[in-house]
Amino acid sequence: MTAKKFDTLKDVSDVVISTRIRFARNLRDYPFPCRLGNEKKCQVASIVKEAVLDSHSAVSDQFRYIQMSELTQEEAVSLVERHLVSPEFISDRQGRGLLLLNDESVSIMINEEDHIRIQVIKQDMDLDGAYDLADKIDTLLDERLNFAFNDNLGYLTQCPTNIGTGMRASLMMHLPALKRNNAMGKISASLSKLGLAIRGIYGEGTEPRGAVYQLSNQVTLGISEQEAINNLRDIAHQLITQERAARETLGKNINVLDEIYRAYGLLHYAKLVSNDECMELLSRLRFGAELGLFENIDMYTVNRLFIEIQPATLMKNIGKKLPSIERDRIRAELVRTALTHSKVPVNRRLEE
Amino acid sequence: MLCQSCEKRQATTHIKTILNGELKEYNLCPECAQKLGYGSFFGNVGFDLNKLFGSFMDSFAAEKNTKRCRCCGSSFEDIAKSGKVGCAECYETFYEELQPSIQRIHGRTIHTGKLAHSAGTEVKIRNEIARYKSELQEAVKNQEFERAAELRDQIKELEKSSERVASENGGKE
Repeated sequence: MTAKKFDTLKDVSDVVISTRIRFARNLRDYPFPCRLGNEKKCQVASIVKEAVLDSHSAVSDQFRYIQMSELTQEEAVSLVERHLVSPEFISDRQGRGLLLLNDESVSIMINEEDHIRIQVIKQDMDLDGAYDLADKIDTLLDERLNFAFNDNLGYLTQCPTNIGTGMRASLMMHLPALKRNNAMGKISASLSKLGLAIRGIYGEGTEPRGAVYQLSNQVTLGISEQEAINNLRDIAHQLITQERAARETLGKNINVLDEIYRAYGLLHYAKLVSNDECMELLSRLRFGAELGLFENIDMYTVNRLFIEIQPATLMKNIGKKLPSIERDRIRAELVRTALTHSKVPVNRRLEE
Repeated sequence: MLCQSCEKRQATTHIKTILNGELKEYNLCPECAQKLGYGSFFGNVGFDLNKLFGSFMDSFAAEKNTKRCRCCGSSFEDIAKSGKVGCAECYETFYEELQPSIQRIHGRTIHTGKLAHSAGTEVKIRNEIARYKSELQEAVKNQEFERAAELRDQIKELEKSSERVASENGGKE
């Protein structure tokens, strides 16, 4: 197998992990959640729940309703790790509800910062697909509910940073080469001038774990959904091109190759791997896969592992609470199993 | 710096919070932050737009303003301090006061894009005109002059009906 050539923008799964579209909506007749007591929150939840589940539309019987207060801590945190709800949503779960599509591509948070947050997640880069689905669900709800809307300000939201379209479009991107070149600071500064933001998803702000970033639009007023999405797409294409160029160079750097192969070795043989270490190693593994260094590892396996190795999701899948050392053991096992059929081609082993 | 809660571990998390309308700041270790509900398995999310927005507000003007929202009872001071608007009606009650912050955040103050079914006729027409205008630009760029002429006529029609609706609405008020 020869090194993968990055000469087309068509397939961008080497850089883009997933696409997310989120709409913020509120009911006109109720104050925003920050001004609602538990009882009123429950009323809002049941109104929205009925609007979705009793809508007799094609999707309505594919949704299930989850009362957030009934979940265990692991189940709730796992929803965050799977990017289905925000961290803020599980911090106080009273009066909050979640409508989840069976395949988990659509989640509707009730009483988060706004009464309704519709979120669509798609694998790979699919801004139009994600937008169309979110738009359909929004239209369905708009027919049944009275949304807070102002002719000048658009959809009204609890935080004025979201008024207008109420739409946040984002791409989750793996940018190991740009991160290694210390380019992220500069990129982030120039993006903010264009009304976009990029930030690390895992770990603290300054030193993101695993080089996974989220690129999203910030301005929501005075710019239509389509314009915002087109801007985001243009910038994403530039970032992808830059990342690929940086990879071309770094892919020949012996230090980088050493790091990648060491990560591969560790993931193959380690018996205990902590969450932070695992994110770092998986990121290097993905970088190697992006460079075409391995056989039988695809991007989707790594994307899946990024989520499955997270502590709460790991415990949820096992079905019980586990001490940290047990988690580290199972985490190591999960990754090892996923890599069983992978290998470094013979010619690569010799040439390097 | 030591954690203010357990006074044992190193503080790594700086928390700003509003308690009973007062801004409080804490330095906590990750364990205590988790216990107190600020942190979680996945660390802090860091940058909080709400607080940024709160600091944008003119707090001097907020203190003098005694007006309250009829629907939810919020004063402008409540909104400025928390960065959270109380309800849909607040946006009308405090339209003037909110305007400068909105301008600073978004750079614009008039919505374009999808409309809720409850939107007024005038804005629905305005939206359609904007859509036709961008199609017109596209048509001119592609040198599709017949299509461009059609669009120009449609825009004229819409502008006429927009004026009619505006004058009707004006008459009512």
